[in-house]
Amino acid sequence: MWTYDKFLEYPVKIKTPNPEMAKIIITQYGGPDGELGASLRYLSQRFSMITPQAIATCNDIGTEELAHLEMVGAMVRQLMKNATLEEIQKGGMGGYYADHGRGIYPVSASGVPFDASYIQSKGDPIVDLTENLAAEQKARATYEYLINMADDPDVIEPLKFLREREVVHYQRFGEALRIVQDYLKEPHLFIMH
Amino acid sequence: MKNEMNKMELLKQISAAKFMMEDLSLFLNTHPTDRETIVEYNYYVKEWRDLKENYEMNFGMLSDDSLSCYPWQWISEPWPWENEANFKFEKEES
Repeated sequence: MWTYDKFLEYPVKIKTPNPEMAKIIITQYGGPDGELGASLRYLSQRFSMITPQAIATCNDIGTEELAHLEMVGAMVRQLMKNATLEEIQKGGMGGYYADHGRGIYPVSASGVPFDASYIQSKGDPIVDLTENLAAEQKARATYEYLINMADDPDVIEPLKFLREREVVHYQRFGEALRIVQDYLKEPHLFIMH
Repeated sequence: MKNEMNKMELLKQISAAKFMMEDLSLFLNTHPTDRETIVEYNYYVKEWRDLKENYEMNFGMLSDDSLSCYPWQWISEPWPWENEANFKFEKEES
């Protein structure tokens, strides 16, 4: 089970509404490399993970991703909350507004609803940890694309924090994979030393 | 206003301590025999507990296992996703 702390992992304090930015940032809420997929991926994989180190890594990174999901939701909410209808329509959020108003719904940047096929849980620890390495890199790249398209420091700062966490998670999953490979005495054929 | 500043300053310190716990615990999951990092982790756990106790005595419940005075404090706004709930990071003076 979980406990809840009533504050964000990293602050989100956006002054200026920007539906155009909300439209692309929401992909990290419900898109193919987003935080909803990340949390579900790791929190599902942990049930069949092996070795104490790798189990804890899936459990705890999966939990941190829920805090990131909350941050991304906060960003989208603050970018949309005080936006005028004109700004929403000009920013390309008219279709989203028709379906969800200023609420938060898990979709990708192109409006595709969240789909469980974004994640994998294979019941094989080597497969799952290898999937996670790619997943963290895809999320890192997505945050970099979002940062490239952002000009408001209030938006860029939390995106930079989230990007940095993907790098750390990649490192931790790499260590977990090595530990599992050593435990299974798997050859390290595809891992650089 | 001064109260609000104290609240945000405390919240910033609490967030920082909690973040250190998060990052160090992920590291320790794959380095469980790193004695120095365990000492460091324990240091931030104590700091987190002290800061949180201080915050909650003045500003109400911060976690879902906190004590509440009357009336029930948990429902107090703002929630974390609101702009007003968040502190602003000032750039370090260089």
